[in-house]
Order: sequence, then C-alpha cells, then structure tokens
Amino acid sequence: MRELTAKSFELRQIVLDMIMQSGGGHIGGDFSVMDILVTLYFKQMNISPENRDDPDRDMFVLSKGHSVEAYYAVLAAKGFFDTEKLVREFSAFGSKFIGHPNNKLPGIEMNSGSLGHGLPVCVGMALAGRMDKRGNRVYTVMGDGELAEGSVWEGFMAAGHYRLSNLCAVIDRNRLQISGGTEEVMSHENLADRIRSFNWNVINVNGNSIEELNKAFEEARLEKQKPTCIIAGTIKGFGGGEIMENKAVWHHKVPSQEEYETIRAELNRRREAALHE
Amino acid sequence: MNKIPNRKAICNVLLERAQTDRDIVVLCSDSRGSASMAPFFERFPDQSVEVGIAEQNLVSLSAGMAKCGKKAFCFSPASFLSTRSYEQAKVDVAYSNTNVKLVGISGGISYGELGMSHHSAQDIAAMSSIPNMRVYLPSDRFQTACLTEALLQDQKPAYIRVGRNPVENIYQEYCPFEIDQASVIPNGDVQKAVSSGKANWQALGENDVAIVACGEMTGPAVSAAALLWEKGIPSVVLDMYCVKPLDKKALIQAAGHAKLVITVEEHSPFGGLGAAVSQAVASECPKKVINLALPDTPVITGKSQAVFDYYGLNSVGIAKTAMENL
Repeated sequence: MRELTAKSFELRQIVLDMIMQSGGGHIGGDFSVMDILVTLYFKQMNISPENRDDPDRDMFVLSKGHSVEAYYAVLAAKGFFDTEKLVREFSAFGSKFIGHPNNKLPGIEMNSGSLGHGLPVCVGMALAGRMDKRGNRVYTVMGDGELAEGSVWEGFMAAGHYRLSNLCAVIDRNRLQISGGTEEVMSHENLADRIRSFNWNVINVNGNSIEELNKAFEEARLEKQKPTCIIAGTIKGFGGGEIMENKAVWHHKVPSQEEYETIRAELNRRREAALHE
Repeated sequence: MNKIPNRKAICNVLLERAQTDRDIVVLCSDSRGSASMAPFFERFPDQSVEVGIAEQNLVSLSAGMAKCGKKAFCFSPASFLSTRSYEQAKVDVAYSNTNVKLVGISGGISYGELGMSHHSAQDIAAMSSIPNMRVYLPSDRFQTACLTEALLQDQKPAYIRVGRNPVENIYQEYCPFEIDQASVIPNGDVQKAVSSGKANWQALGENDVAIVACGEMTGPAVSAAALLWEKGIPSVVLDMYCVKPLDKKALIQAAGHAKLVITVEEHSPFGGLGAAVSQAVASECPKKVINLALPDTPVITGKSQAVFDYYGLNSVGIAKTAMENL
C-alpha cells in the first residue's frame, strides 16, 4: 500500500502539470478523488489495456466527469496511453484528451461531464452483467455536490429494487462544491441513512486512505443481496497542503507559478513520507 | 380498417427476433401497455426491464445495457422521452454512441385530448439536432416492421416515433423498403411505390407537385395525390420516414421535377420535416416550398383526427393547398 500511496502523490503531480500546461482543470476534486481511482485501478478492478474489450471486464464510469485529469493520469499509469503525450495534449485544440471523459480514448467506457448520469448508466451495466451471468463488477464514482441531481436518486432506487450486488457506487464526499460547502448549498444530512433506505449497503471510510478504501471494496464484494455505496470522506485538494486543502476556491483554480512550486514540493514531501512510513 | 397500430408492429418483430437473439432487451417506464410491449414482457421476462415512471433512468439504463452488448429498445411516450430524458439521449446515447433505439410512442398529438403536456410536437426538432442521432417516423405498420428489422441490424443510436392509433395501411405485405431511402409514390398510386434508389426519375417525368410527408401524415398525403390525379394534376409523394438522415437525393429529384413542394407533418413548424426539406431544396434546387404542420401554439384538444381536420392536415387540406398554389 505504501507504494500505491506514493503513486497517488506522483499522479497528483501529473495532474498539476496537466493543469499548468493547459491553463484549466478541476484540481480540487482531482486531488480528493485520486486515492479512490488508484485503489480501483491498481487493487480492485479487472481492467487493463489487454482486456479492455473483454465482455467480462469490470466496468467503470466516472460520473463526476470534471475530475478527468485524475482519471486520465490513472489510465496513463495503467498503460492505456502515454503520460507525456497526455500532459502535452491535454485540452489542446482538437485533442482527444478533452476536459471531460471521452470514450474515443482507450479504457473509457462512457462519455460523461453532465452530472447525475454515471449511476443510472451503471445500473444498466450491472443489469446486463447479471442477465448474462457474468461475474464482473460495475463501479461509478460520483461527487457529493452531484447528489442534488434527481437522476442520481432514480439510479439509487432502481439498483436497490433490482438488488444489484454487482454494483458499487463511490461518493467522493469532500463537502465542497463550486459555490461553497455542500451542506450550505444543498444539504445531504443523514446521507448514509438516505441511501440505506433505498435498499443499499452503505460503508463510510476515509477516502484518502488507500488501505481503508481497499478494505471497503473487499467488504462490498461480500454483500450478495444489495448494491454497495462507499461514502468516501475526502479532503478537497488533498495533498496540495495548507494553501489548497479544504478550500472551495480550488474547485477549478489554476495555480500561479509560486503556488505550483509550493504544491509540487508538498506532493513530493508526502510521497517521500509515504515511502518511508 | 386496419386495427394494428405501428407500436404493435414493432412488438411483433421483436417477439420474433428475440427467440434467437438473447441480446435484444426491452425497457419500459410503466409504459409496457401503451407501448404494446406487454406480450414481450410476458414472453421474455429475462430480456425485459421495468424502470417505473423515470424516463431519465430509462434512457441511461438502456445506454448502460447497450454498452455491455445489448440491443436496447427503450419505450416511453414521445412527449416525455424527447424532453424529460433529452440530456440522457444526447449524452448517454448519442454522444457515447450506444446501441439504443429510443421509441417514442403515442407521438405527435396521439393523446389529442390530454393537452400540451402529452403532445410531442417538438420531438423531431429536439432529436434531429443531436449529432449521431437518427430520426425515423414510419408511416404504416408494414413499413414500421421493415424499419424495425433494419434497425436490429445496426449498432447505432436512433429515435423512432410512432403514433398511438392504428393508421390505414398504405403498403401491403410487399412494402418497398431500403434503410434511409424514401418511398417514391407516383400520383398516390401505392402499387407503383418503390424505394428511391430504384426510382426511374426520367420515367416519372415532370410533376406539378412533390408532396413530402412522414409518419401519420403519409396516408393523407397519398390520398391527396389521388385526389389531385383525379383533377388531372400529376404529383409524386415521398414517404420520407427517414427524417434524419434525410433522403436528399430523392428530394432533389422530386423537387427538381416539380413546380411546387408541399411538406406535411404532425409536428411544430420549427425544426421538423418541413424545415429540413426547405433547407435542402433552397440550397440544392430552389422551388417554392409550403410547410403544413401544427401551429406554434398549444394545439387545440380533441381526438387526433378532429385536430388534424381542424388544421387542414388531411387529404382535402393538402390537395387544396396544392391547387391554390399552382
């Protein structure tokens, strides 16, 4: 796990470079969601460039599509495409590395960007998997601000109704959205209870701990009657240090050169610390 | 008097094909009765999905299933499917390029008495402006069956609108059909109907009027052409069930050999068949084009035939428009 934690900080550095190079991106959510993606892609999901067309592969949809920089960085690390090319071409004119997931790129199943689509799409994938008696699993990652979309709850309802235990939804619960705190914008009080009441298994974890996340995903595999929702408590901007963490302004702020150096140094420090823990 | 609505024709084809094709799935939003899909749900429960009254979910689930290799046929009233779940159609179906066939049932003013909430006079405009979304409005049950068979053969998104009520047969057991080719019907004589690729335009000669229609308006267009022929006015009807991609080749031939073009559709005057035809004719072979459509106002309520008659969307109205403008 130490190596993976170190990798998560390395990948945040790639994200930082992508955003500096292109002059845009959603860095706060990229940094909060990174550990979830690293755990899924390096510990949990049966997906790789070699089996990307295998009907038995695990399926993934990034519902919070604006965290695309983190997603691209993880896919590149997984070998789906070249990291240098990614950093060079991200958001460039005519590039395939556009500012939301694009399924013309290898490894990406569905286009996303508009919020509230990932969970219902994954309900369809999970139903199809069960219909064909495949043993694969289906994962989606949503933001917490996204939960205000009504379509998310249509998805929760259908997955609970159909008892899709092959489906696992993760909420990147960083408690911040573009206008401020999620609880001020539209509160999600008793979130776990709300989701449980839709016939879901709910697990709360520290979403910036790969170890805890991995345990939660393992626990979800044991649930055979219901879909599982992992509420991953995260810190927006995690890894960026004091100037960045838990600050709504970093939803899509591009760092100044000075901030870049500070964030980069902090990511390096944490990477080293993880390796020598 | 035909009693089989076009929606039933779709169900019949799917019932037959699903016996050997386990990848065909049907999804409904508490709409299996209105969609005539109850027999499919009974016969193939393992290939049927009920999502409840949740059209957004309906379309996203269909897209997810299609991504996993299913041939998803997704049924909901056209009024809801084309607006309530518009973004799901745009993003999850068209943009992600999933093999979902969106079937808008009870389209146009099928629910004439129920008011604007249940009318879909905007669905052609909405759906055809989405890149990678095809739009089909088949005319009668025979053509609907041919279209369904054809759509089972491809992997691309499409929107199909059918009405609630049975419409009179236009074609018989032999229906001229090629995907994305209009049917060419000289002087309203359906015995001579051919797919546009097989039409002999030289032999068809010069006509006074080209009438371009789709969906439930094709029947009245054919009858209008027969009325015109009785009065010595030659015409050609294009059954343009493929509103997108529009059969431009046939349109240019038909318009090029006519003095006047009339379009007829059960849709708003904006962004529908009339708009597409006018755009193509204006740029390729300028001719006078008259668009017959529903008005840009909440449509008067009543049985759909009474509403059509009120707005002149019937054979007499079409023939009269032709005669007044020649």
